[in-house]
Amino acid sequence: MSVSAQIELASRVQPADGGEPVILVERLTTGYHRVPILEEVTFSVPRGALVGVIGPNGSGKSTLFRAILGLLRAWQGRVLIEGQPARPRPEIAYLPQSETVDWGFPVTVWDVVMMGRYPRLGFLRRPGARDRELVERALEQVRMQDERNRPIGALSGGQRQRVFLARALAQEPSILLLDEPVSGVDAPTQHFIFELLEQLCASGCTALVASHDLSCVAQRFSQVLLLNRRMHGFGPPERVFTEELLNRTFNMHLMLLRYGERVIVVESPDDGLREC
Amino acid sequence: MVSVSVDLLLDPLRYGFLVRGLAAALLIGALCAVVGTYVVLKGFAFIGDALAHIAFTGIVVAFLSGFALTLGALAAALVAGLGIGLIHRRVGLSTDTAIGILFSGVFALGLVLMSVGIKTYTVDLFSYVFGDILSVRAVDLLTIACLSGLVLLVVVLLYKELLFVSFDPVVAEASGLPGGVLQLLLLTLLSVTVVVSVQAVGVVLVVAMLVTPSATAYLLTDRFHRVMLAGAGFGAFSALVGFYLSYYLNVPSGGAIVLVASALFALVAMLSPRRAALRLLVRR
Repeated sequence: MSVSAQIELASRVQPADGGEPVILVERLTTGYHRVPILEEVTFSVPRGALVGVIGPNGSGKSTLFRAILGLLRAWQGRVLIEGQPARPRPEIAYLPQSETVDWGFPVTVWDVVMMGRYPRLGFLRRPGARDRELVERALEQVRMQDERNRPIGALSGGQRQRVFLARALAQEPSILLLDEPVSGVDAPTQHFIFELLEQLCASGCTALVASHDLSCVAQRFSQVLLLNRRMHGFGPPERVFTEELLNRTFNMHLMLLRYGERVIVVESPDDGLREC
Repeated sequence: MVSVSVDLLLDPLRYGFLVRGLAAALLIGALCAVVGTYVVLKGFAFIGDALAHIAFTGIVVAFLSGFALTLGALAAALVAGLGIGLIHRRVGLSTDTAIGILFSGVFALGLVLMSVGIKTYTVDLFSYVFGDILSVRAVDLLTIACLSGLVLLVVVLLYKELLFVSFDPVVAEASGLPGGVLQLLLLTLLSVTVVVSVQAVGVVLVVAMLVTPSATAYLLTDRFHRVMLAGAGFGAFSALVGFYLSYYLNVPSGGAIVLVASALFALVAMLSPRRAALRLLVRR
């Protein structure tokens, strides 16, 4: 049996879903200031999928997220969320790539995670017992419960990422859009964050995760979207992770090494290994 | 001894206009610090300064055309606030040059109009440039009280939304809060606060009242609401002490109040210099 056939066998089963896709992107073209960033992007995501969005810097990953959030209008084509046109709503939680927030802002970890509850609460309502419970649980999920009273300025980069992930979780989202959630996060933390994402998706949440860690995506994600201004591939990693498609996406030579069900992407013969 | 110092404190309060002045100063000191918390944390100090200068031109125009001065100031500041908000949203963050050109131009227009249109320089208008707490009439105090109450009410009712949108505008908007509207609301609150304060502390010193007490509070605490409350305390305290200094030393009220606020800031910064340096460096 060939190595690639073994990978096919080991591929994870798609979560069953009879209904319409949770996210439907159809021939989407959009950008900023009349400069198109994304052109003719088409894919659909079923409920419970864990989708890795892969592409070099400037390939339009964040632009795609902003279009799905409804923060950026489609110039052509359309984005439907559960059948409805995209618009900002609490059911979609967003973790931006480089948080543009001011780290000197006088708020604690608890305050930041509680903000995830604000859009759910609506105007003039104050957080209640249930909100505090959800914040508590979100902090436990990212293992930051012991840091709740610390000012965010006192946290490390990885801890900040986890706090913002907790805020996203406190929002009780059905869709998670995470823009490089594990950048600057140490290996054990990265491991548990991906386990957490797998659990969430198993319980019906749908997640799109932009990542630079190709090997990690190959191993853990149910679907992969290869993006570089245009879509270069969409499907299960076993099918999409080919040297041809990856090289076209990244405009550079990448090698795939396969060990059993693991795929390791080597950036170029001398650039060393990046492994999950 | 005790009775002498009590007399010193009570002496100015025998006069109605001094009581009104003190009440106005306390209100403005607290209000400026509450709104100033957003100003400090969002880096809006320059916008606050611009709004004060533009409000002045509104006052001159209102004076020349016979409208109520506060109304003129309010109209000018609100339009300018919304305009700045829209520029901010369209162009991005580096709008300082555009705002600088706009506000100095509008202020220059106000100065020229004042000299052309008003043959005898009235004390009335100059009190707005340098601030004169003792020129506050009963009707002014009522206006200050009503507008302050309105601003504080909005800040309390929309506390969590304004906090979220100040801290993380992108995610606040992505999760369904009306980010643009809230940002404009914040600038509107700032415009009203500036208008309320101009008569007491003057065009030039409004920005000090916005920034200094909340910055002092910011050196001392890590929680947003505490910055607000402690800032309001520092603002009111500066107003109180500045008021008495102004009365006994016969110096301008605006200058005296701002000097006290600045001294408080210096004191707190010196008591915790390392922390102060750290915090102010993080603040861009």
